[in-house]
Amino acid sequence: MAKINKEDRKKQIMDTALKLFSKEGFFEVTMADIAKELHMSVGNLYNYFNSKDALAKELILYISKHLAEEIRKINMMQITSKEKIRKIVDFYFHTAKERPEFIEYFLRIYLSNREVFKHGCEGMICVSPFVTEIMVFFEEGVRNGELRNQDFFSAFGLFMGYLGGMVFLMGEGLLPNDIEFYSQEISENIYRSLKNES
Amino acid sequence: MKAKIIWLQGVTCNGNSHSFLNLPSLASLLQQFEFLYHPLFPSPLQLMDLHTADFDILVVEGGLKQGWKKGDKDLYELFFHLAQKAKKIVAVGSCAVFGGVFKEFDPTITGVLFDKTKKSKLYEHFFNKTVNIPGCPAHPEWIAFAIENDSFSLDEYHRPKEIFAFTVHSGCTRNEYFEWKVDAKSFGTKEGCLFYEQGCQAPFTHGSCNRILWNEINSKTRSGTPCFGCTEPTFPKTGLFHTKTYMGIPANMPLGVPKRAYLTITGIAKSFQIPRLTRKLIDEN
Ligand code: SF4
Ligand code: SF4
Repeated sequence: MAKINKEDRKKQIMDTALKLFSKEGFFEVTMADIAKELHMSVGNLYNYFNSKDALAKELILYISKHLAEEIRKINMMQITSKEKIRKIVDFYFHTAKERPEFIEYFLRIYLSNREVFKHGCEGMICVSPFVTEIMVFFEEGVRNGELRNQDFFSAFGLFMGYLGGMVFLMGEGLLPNDIEFYSQEISENIYRSLKNES
Repeated sequence: MKAKIIWLQGVTCNGNSHSFLNLPSLASLLQQFEFLYHPLFPSPLQLMDLHTADFDILVVEGGLKQGWKKGDKDLYELFFHLAQKAKKIVAVGSCAVFGGVFKEFDPTITGVLFDKTKKSKLYEHFFNKTVNIPGCPAHPEWIAFAIENDSFSLDEYHRPKEIFAFTVHSGCTRNEYFEWKVDAKSFGTKEGCLFYEQGCQAPFTHGSCNRILWNEINSKTRSGTPCFGCTEPTFPKTGLFHTKTYMGIPANMPLGVPKRAYLTITGIAKSFQIPRLTRKLIDEN
């Protein structure tokens, strides 16, 4: 077997852990389960992450960086905020379909088990790459006059709450259609509620 | 022989003269320099004698306006004549440097080298001997520095870098609060940073108010008043006590700080509650 480097191995562990957590739940899955799934010893797994909590924190950072990278690309495009909203929605829903464990982890584990993230992930630290890109997106939209100037969290909550809600409905099997079916109208709704009307 | 100075006033409120008279080392400065003319203190020459005076340094206070008369003197012409003869020109105060406050009333008023951010008509004549000391008023130590020194490293607005390379934020006693994003809730308190809620301009204003203190003891931000950015060509601004934000994000980043870096750092800083700083340290009530 070709030798794989430590970084790749780490990534493999994180991807596997994510899948297990989102399928079975964070508290149900043990470090031993993860090691078993990866055909490695628990001792070896602890060489990469010295506790399940440490792994949990790295995972949210990992997801946040991944999401941030894509949104950053959208932010860099020379297009209107309206078009950016559509691209962000598309990307988010696409991720929810292709890598549901990413979004699931964020919604079900990170947001609902705050105590796990109390130390070392205070406030926005572990999601800061993602939040920063969303801030840049909003800030530029207001600066160029396309979006209405308002409190950041009102806008952020509207945007992310809506997307998160849809992914949640999808996860529960409650959406009559494929999630991407809704992209167009959801983008439109978000844009309408954020745009500058003056 | 003492070097000779003429202090000429254009359209001004006298503020820089008053500031200069508060220079703690004024007596020793007067050992090296002689004021042939200063409008506020006894000096050998009168305004009408200046045309033929022999001197070294021309200090200008106040904005310039063509055709503007003081007594029977056309100040602009007199300035032009003296400026040609001077070995060095020191423009003191934001009016003489950028046009300043009076320009708000009369847009034809300009500074010596600059009309706000643009070069003035006089620029090409005098750029190679003019030192700019903006401020409303200019700090007396800065004025003295420009009078006493001859070789300067100047920035794009001809301001000496020794004084203006830093921002007013540097040396503020509230830096610890700035770092952790703890804001003062009102003026005049000794705690909290004045950036987000009081409109402090110091992070993007060039000057040494917090390094070379006023009256050797204090500065605006140390005493709890936001910096108004008076050393910049954008002064005077309206809405002084307000930091412009786009969705809560400051429209101007601290000088030289990229937006993403700033947002990341502040996002993290805000994630921590620092009880020592959010609590009152001195003024309990
Ligand atoms: S009060 Fe102004 S100068 Fe002082 S730390 Fe805050 S922003 Fe900087
Ligand atoms: S603190 Fe700011 S407004 Fe006050 S004098 Fe200094 S540069 Fe001007």
